[in-house]
Amino acid sequence: MNPLELAQARPGPAFTVTLDGREIEALPGQTVAAALWTAGITSWRSTRGEGRPRGVFCGIGVCYDCLVTVNDRPIQRACLVPLRPGDAIRTQEGTGHDG
Amino acid sequence: MTAERPHLAVIGAGPAGLAATLAAARHGVRVTLVDSAPEAGGQFYRQPARELGARRPEALHHEWRTWERLRDGLRTHQQQGTVTHLTDHHVWLVEQHSGGFTVHALLGPEQTEPAEVRADAVLLATGGYEKVLPFPGWTLPGVVTAGGAQAMLKATLSVSGRTAVVAGTGPLLLPVATGLAAAGVRVAALVESADPRDFVRRSRALSAQPAKLAEGARYAAQLARHRVRTLIHHIVVEAHGTDRLEAVTVAALDGAGHVRPGTGRRIACDTLAVGHGMLPHTDLAQGLGCRIDGVAVHVDDEQRTDVPGVWAAGEATGIGGAALSLAEGHIAGRSIAARLRGVEPEPHGWAGAARARTGLRRFFATLDEIYAPPAHWAEQITDDTVVCRCEEVTGGAIREAVTGLGAGDQRTVKLLTRAGMGWCQGRMCGSAVAGLIGCPETAARRPFARPVPLGVLARAGETPAPEAEG
Repeated sequence: MNPLELAQARPGPAFTVTLDGREIEALPGQTVAAALWTAGITSWRSTRGEGRPRGVFCGIGVCYDCLVTVNDRPIQRACLVPLRPGDAIRTQEGTGHDG
Repeated sequence: MTAERPHLAVIGAGPAGLAATLAAARHGVRVTLVDSAPEAGGQFYRQPARELGARRPEALHHEWRTWERLRDGLRTHQQQGTVTHLTDHHVWLVEQHSGGFTVHALLGPEQTEPAEVRADAVLLATGGYEKVLPFPGWTLPGVVTAGGAQAMLKATLSVSGRTAVVAGTGPLLLPVATGLAAAGVRVAALVESADPRDFVRRSRALSAQPAKLAEGARYAAQLARHRVRTLIHHIVVEAHGTDRLEAVTVAALDGAGHVRPGTGRRIACDTLAVGHGMLPHTDLAQGLGCRIDGVAVHVDDEQRTDVPGVWAAGEATGIGGAALSLAEGHIAGRSIAARLRGVEPEPHGWAGAARARTGLRRFFATLDEIYAPPAHWAEQITDDTVVCRCEEVTGGAIREAVTGLGAGDQRTVKLLTRAGMGWCQGRMCGSAVAGLIGCPETAARRPFARPVPLGVLARAGETPAPEAEG
């Protein structure tokens, strides 16, 4: 059993997005966080101070821990942003404005 | 015809907001329901994204029939033109002026484009968010809030790993553990810090809500069916891993709430879903100048705040679950409908909801006592444990501000250490900082409910807002 089977989901065809250039499959309706979790990835940001890895914490847009760069826009909350075919996700280092 | 109706803005489309919307619309009010999610439902009835094509979303939910009633009622009123539902609207401020109120929102998910709604009255049904108390390793990827694990599962049908531990305290842990187990995650343990003797001591108060006890029994049966080991009066003392979670150490508590030495055991897991209760979202109420009692918005018997024209219902007025939110929302909607017509409301019209409200508030006050975090939880925060996740402020730095520099409240600690000054504005660390100081938890004052681009702020209120089409 997996969550898609439990809810008897019939999503549209999967599409490809990239994480730091590497191709990842995503489903229509998935957020950035959901697609990354499904691909087995749980961290995509390093903190400004200690450079520690972070990913989803609150899952509802309150904690800002899951920040990520999507199509060159930094500081996006991965748990809120839905994916579209061809989206380029980049892991965010520090403030996301360092280049 | 609808243009002559008084206009109510409801902030939040969870159980409280929906119940209020339906009650007000049925009694002659035009309602604009403003919500941040793409679908109505709030956190409790959070729906899978439509594109995922879930044919059995009820598998992830409880009280599905109630949801169907709310959803169908909303749809009917939308078709009749009495309710407008604005999705993906993230409200950052409700402004009061002589002609009524302006609700300022940002359009999601980017939250850079503004939108405004004018209304004669406002209902704040802003819900709550989860409180998590820190412990070593709680910032590791794979550690998520219990509600977060549930939200990701309900909305996106995704889970963060294969083996989970669900820990902390509170009734929310039960549906989170059973939900993850049903979705195919191996739940290695449910770790609840509450003392079983507290349930026995309060059994009379609990038995006043037999439906709630039956709900608890159903969860217990599901946990047994999924072979989930339940460790009562235990806590997670540490999460282990280098770049992601690999295991947790769990230990028993003694009668005084201290960790019992020598009881620690390691449980391998890639996911820890942890929560220590809920906190009300009060930012919009505070922005309007509403009275706050402790951490919740103060309301009277009609769910009115002390600011004329502003009502509040649901978790924002105190944590009590979906059924209480429905009752409060209904009462608020009826009160608003009467008051906006200049009529004194007749409370006997909502006597059933008022009775449910009284009983459920009493029940949740009892649950609050049972599910209080262990007395000495702050002992788990070592000096190198990160407490403020955004600004990476450690327990040691906060203790130094308190004992070395004399800080006695959250605001002074924030100014000295930056704890609470980051992206989340202290929502994640506020409870922990208060605990480390030893001061009572209060609702932090934030001028805006979410980050606002400077350009939006500069232009806000410059042009008259068009009324939302109803």
